[in-house]
Amino acid sequence: METQTIKNNQIAKKVTERIFGSEAIVRCLIEEDVKIIYGYPGGAIMPVYDELYKYQDKIHHVLTRHEQGATHSAQGFARISGKVGVAIATSGPGATNLITGIADAQIDSTPMVCITGQVFSHLLGSDAFQETDIVGISTPVTKWNCQVTKAADIPAALAKAFYIARSGRPGPVLVDITKDAQFEELDFSYEKCTKVRSYIPVPKTAEGSLEAAAKLINEAKKPFIIWGQGVILSEAETQFKALVEKSGIPAGWTILGASALPTSHPLNVGMLGMHGNYAPNKLTNECDVLIAIGMRFDDRVTGKLDEYATQAKVIHFEIDPAEIDKNIKTDVAVLGDAKLTLDAILPMINENSHEDWHQQFKDLYEIEYEKVIKNDIHPTKEGLTMGEVIKEINIQSKGEAAIVTDVGQHQMIACRYTEFNKTKSNITSGGLGTMGFGLPAAIGAKMAAPEREVVSISGDGGYQMTIQELGTIFQQKAAVKVVVLNNDFLGMVRQWQQLFFEKRYASTEMVNPNFVAIAEGYYIKAKKVTKREELADAVAEMMASKEAYFLEVCVEKEGNVFPMVPSGASVSEIRLE
Amino acid sequence: MSTERNLYTISVYTENNIGLLNRISAIFQRRHINIESLNISPSEIDGVAKFTIVVNMIEDNVKKIIGQIEKQVEVIKAYYHDDEATIYQISGLFKIKSELLFEERQIQNIIKESNARIVTVNKDFFVLEKSGKKAELVELHQKLSAFGIMQYTRSGRIAVTKEEMKISTLLETYHN
Repeated sequence: METQTIKNNQIAKKVTERIFGSEAIVRCLIEEDVKIIYGYPGGAIMPVYDELYKYQDKIHHVLTRHEQGATHSAQGFARISGKVGVAIATSGPGATNLITGIADAQIDSTPMVCITGQVFSHLLGSDAFQETDIVGISTPVTKWNCQVTKAADIPAALAKAFYIARSGRPGPVLVDITKDAQFEELDFSYEKCTKVRSYIPVPKTAEGSLEAAAKLINEAKKPFIIWGQGVILSEAETQFKALVEKSGIPAGWTILGASALPTSHPLNVGMLGMHGNYAPNKLTNECDVLIAIGMRFDDRVTGKLDEYATQAKVIHFEIDPAEIDKNIKTDVAVLGDAKLTLDAILPMINENSHEDWHQQFKDLYEIEYEKVIKNDIHPTKEGLTMGEVIKEINIQSKGEAAIVTDVGQHQMIACRYTEFNKTKSNITSGGLGTMGFGLPAAIGAKMAAPEREVVSISGDGGYQMTIQELGTIFQQKAAVKVVVLNNDFLGMVRQWQQLFFEKRYASTEMVNPNFVAIAEGYYIKAKKVTKREELADAVAEMMASKEAYFLEVCVEKEGNVFPMVPSGASVSEIRLE
Repeated sequence: MSTERNLYTISVYTENNIGLLNRISAIFQRRHINIESLNISPSEIDGVAKFTIVVNMIEDNVKKIIGQIEKQVEVIKAYYHDDEATIYQISGLFKIKSELLFEERQIQNIIKESNARIVTVNKDFFVLEKSGKKAELVELHQKLSAFGIMQYTRSGRIAVTKEEMKISTLLETYHN
């Protein structure tokens, strides 16, 4: 409290302190209430690490085993907490290693601040050791970035960075700080950024758009809601649920929207898109009003655009004006923050139930259950399926766990069969499809929400892309549960090779190491399961573990994920086999 | 909406920051769109820069590009207009051997007829400046080519719009 008062007095009097740029960077993070950061030291960022050493009681720096891991951990942190994740790296290769995570955060709208060290400003452009143009390189994949060459500019740059990262449609920002700016002194004071001229984080809702949307919704005979991560990012889950329940409209979700409404909710009709559920895909092309909320009509959701919901009037609730009409022509655009717009529209919506229409979803679910789901989660044939593993984890975690997935078949299966009870429980790389995302993201998620059970689920391919982060788990004592669904294949690519390349399995078979031994090499408890009868006990042991636990489950080698909307096909051409 | 390609002038009002050119040009590059011409200059408002970008695109895509440009944090506003809605000019410089000016009578006629202006003359060369529409410059270039041109360069398009831009009003709303 005392420090708080002193701090307030300082702000009131505009008292400044003479400190080094490097210390200013750490002080800015403290001012932004950052308690955990992920990174990797190196030459150009060493002054900052020296300050982190001094401030280690205030900021916990997590040494990942690769800078890519730092960004994914920061993403996992952000996705489960709704706060800005922070990653830090040195210049050159340290900085370029951040790019995959930054690009992932950009396309999945994850708030993240990346800080990179840079060579001395007099060396810029001289091809100095570990010099790279990270501002240039990161430009297309950041919401905003800048380079700081003077210590005095550090507080304002970082304040702006945090503001931009978290406001409006969130995204990654990068601040590149030269070593001389870190060594230089400045008169430090910190003011949080609350606006940037030229930047409108939340656009105004056009007059009449709510009324027009409400009219369409109220008059619709077969309305269909499709929602995305916007509901979660706006923390509009309550408003969203209220709208769904009052209007009685069936609702389907994008992969990043998963968990905003519990899976068990009667109006939750499942996942959209390529490996989504049968009913929501089929009926997209039969609804009369399509109500999109906080989603961006990604091609994996829409399939062939020319044959996507052409019969329907489209309402788009969206915070980013550039998304309106980008892929799908909208009849009514409701711009703004979903929490506010949904709140505002609710009183205008008539109570309804749409029973016959809803029944169509249920009927199609039955078909999907018989053809696909039953065999996935209650298989009778030999060989474990990914679906039954997910089901077991789900039962034993009572749907309370946060599921962090990688990319591929296991990801689709996990999203399809996890019964989410809590929001912010599905952490995955959606837009970029970054293999290797899962393990480090799970570390970040667990550290941001230590009270939650965090289960990382990966395939044998993606797992090995960032497997070194087991070292971070060990060093940080992060109690992440790590599951690898091993089919000794890059399964999703193999599935495509089977379906579309006449089974020419080019470079998709993996000759894998002893995963249990590797985990044990990092002193992580580990187990391998190959038989159905061992599964439940192994999952129970994993769930009961107070520490990190590694579970390898050998699943059928050539299992396929269905349903499937083949690439370039319409959503109504979804295949069940 | 027309699916025909057309020339559009995109006007972008921005903060004057390092890196913004890169950020804006990346939007075009990523979508494999060729920029016909690009000019950056101060605008009517102190501290606000103006990009004038000419593209040959279908209108629907120009609209999407405008959305992507405006999405950039340091962009204040972007507009697009067809040629009818703007008053635009480009400028060209021709460096020609001085002896031709005196020996080739026709050159003097060409200069007069085209309303070109002699910027400088010395014993070796003279420099001709011509502002106008692209077609006028192309025509002048063709005519002078017959005699030999030592150097030729043409600027990007600069344009003002017939409609009001209201950037000042917009900046005020940002302050609120």
